[in-house]
Amino acid sequence: MSHDGAEASGGGGTADVAPVSGRRGAGRRVLVVEDEPNISEAIRFILRRDGWEVAIEATGTGALARIGAEAPDLVILDVMLPGASGFEILRALRGQPGTARLPVILLTAKGSAQVREQAMAAGASMFIAKPFANAELLAAVRQLVGV
Amino acid sequence: MPRPAPRPALSGTRIRALRTARRLGQADLARMAGVSPSYLNLIEHNRRRASAPVLEAIARALQIPAEALDERAGDAQIQILRAAAARAQPGTEPEVDRADELVGRFPGWAALLAQLQALAEAQERIIERLSDRMAHDPNLSASLHEIVSAVTSVQSTAAILAESEDLEPEWRALFHRNVHDDSVRLANAAEALVAFLDTSSEETGLAAPQEELESWLERQGFHVAAVETGGDWAALIAGQAELASAAARSLARDWLARAHEDARALPVAQLMPVLLRVFTAGAGFAPEDLARHFGVGLAQLFRRLATLPPEPGIPRFGLAICDGSGTLTFRRPIEGFQLPRFGGACPLWPLYEALLRPDRPVRAPVEFAGRPPGRFIAHAVAGARDPLRFEPPFAWEASMLVTPASVAGAPGEGEAVRALGSSCRVCPRELCPARREPSIVSG
Repeated sequence: MSHDGAEASGGGGTADVAPVSGRRGAGRRVLVVEDEPNISEAIRFILRRDGWEVAIEATGTGALARIGAEAPDLVILDVMLPGASGFEILRALRGQPGTARLPVILLTAKGSAQVREQAMAAGASMFIAKPFANAELLAAVRQLVGV
Repeated sequence: MPRPAPRPALSGTRIRALRTARRLGQADLARMAGVSPSYLNLIEHNRRRASAPVLEAIARALQIPAEALDERAGDAQIQILRAAAARAQPGTEPEVDRADELVGRFPGWAALLAQLQALAEAQERIIERLSDRMAHDPNLSASLHEIVSAVTSVQSTAAILAESEDLEPEWRALFHRNVHDDSVRLANAAEALVAFLDTSSEETGLAAPQEELESWLERQGFHVAAVETGGDWAALIAGQAELASAAARSLARDWLARAHEDARALPVAQLMPVLLRVFTAGAGFAPEDLARHFGVGLAQLFRRLATLPPEPGIPRFGLAICDGSGTLTFRRPIEGFQLPRFGGACPLWPLYEALLRPDRPVRAPVEFAGRPPGRFIAHAVAGARDPLRFEPPFAWEASMLVTPASVAGAPGEGEAVRALGSSCRVCPRELCPARREPSIVSG
């Protein structure tokens, strides 16, 4: 498998791998809002291998600005974030015309029916409970973007 | 004129039921108890109230303890049986109207049923409180979040390693390192969880007396209306589910007495208008001005502020009180200011700084680690618990009031925001110079 000059960096930091052209993602952009570096690292790898361009944001406070500036095709949003919760960010996104229909996958450590309902009420396009299977996440991303 | 039976399930009914169950004639029992058959007949029909010696004689003849014929005991038992009947599942139809007969004819079975009912109620209370604790305990919540995060990372990363045969060496090395780091995290979090559950099963399997008191106060929003006027503390705390141990009830009595003194020094009718002015003017919150205005000490003001009734426009205050050993003796959490349930608190709290320099109050803007971090202004002061005491030993006490920064005003000039935590175990500030032990959560 080729990673087009991929370079792994240590310390759970920002390993980089270019998206693989010719795959499903075809360079479309996904923003991962997740404060656990090893989880976002794994997500980045899974998606880039499928041709998606992936950016990572580790704080809740920075998420809205990043989404506004980078206009991703899809957002993967953790619920428990420093600064602002995933629910707050989601509600803010749904309140703005530009992002009201942006596909958002909500990731949460609590998989109860109550949290699922709360996620859907807040406007999540899809809800995935941690821990998740890589294939499940990838399938959700592909489905929501329609590729 | 014969007296009508004033209540059901009187001793007479019970005597009659017990006698017939033993296949004794009325005349036989009367003879054995040394009363006339006609008198026994009146008693059995609840037309005469038997005197204590007669009841004892009848009980002896029936070979049962005299208390079993006590009317009040019987009534209490019938009430319990009715409560038990109310829990009956569909399809089971207890004969509620014949409960007195059951108590009279089968006192042993009735007592057993009542005992089981009391046991079921007590167990329900325990389950309710444990699940409440699980839902709100910051340590448990942090442990579980840590475990789920580590498991998620391990699962995703391990799957990449297992499913990607052509992974470049540097990626393979990175993911191996991540799996290793997360498995260590997982082990630590699991260990912390075991320690938590071990501690939870101590005492009565429920809580330490201080926790019982705090849980009782928490249910009432940390405000007990009776402290405003004074009252019968013993009656107020009797039968309260949270105050299960005698030690907790003793703590509750002391707490109520002190809160009543605080309420008298700072009556709600005078305090609330002043507080409203302070918080609606937005001029910044200065507890020293309030203390001066009301002629009270800071510690007393802090206790009062943290236990006021809720009022629009007035923030909720957090409070921590510790004794001279640093042990927390009272905890009133608010959102963003979580207090450790067991073990020591964060050593950087202004509370402990105040303890080191009695009578010199400390004011500090603080940020508690959390998701999201909570910003507050902490005011702390320490002094003798009994300032009018000349003879040692002297008991010291420190109090820290925690006010949300959004209402307390901006930090003063040159006042740096202090980064704090709840306790080392659940604090992500890895490089903290005051750290006592490794954290179970990553920074």
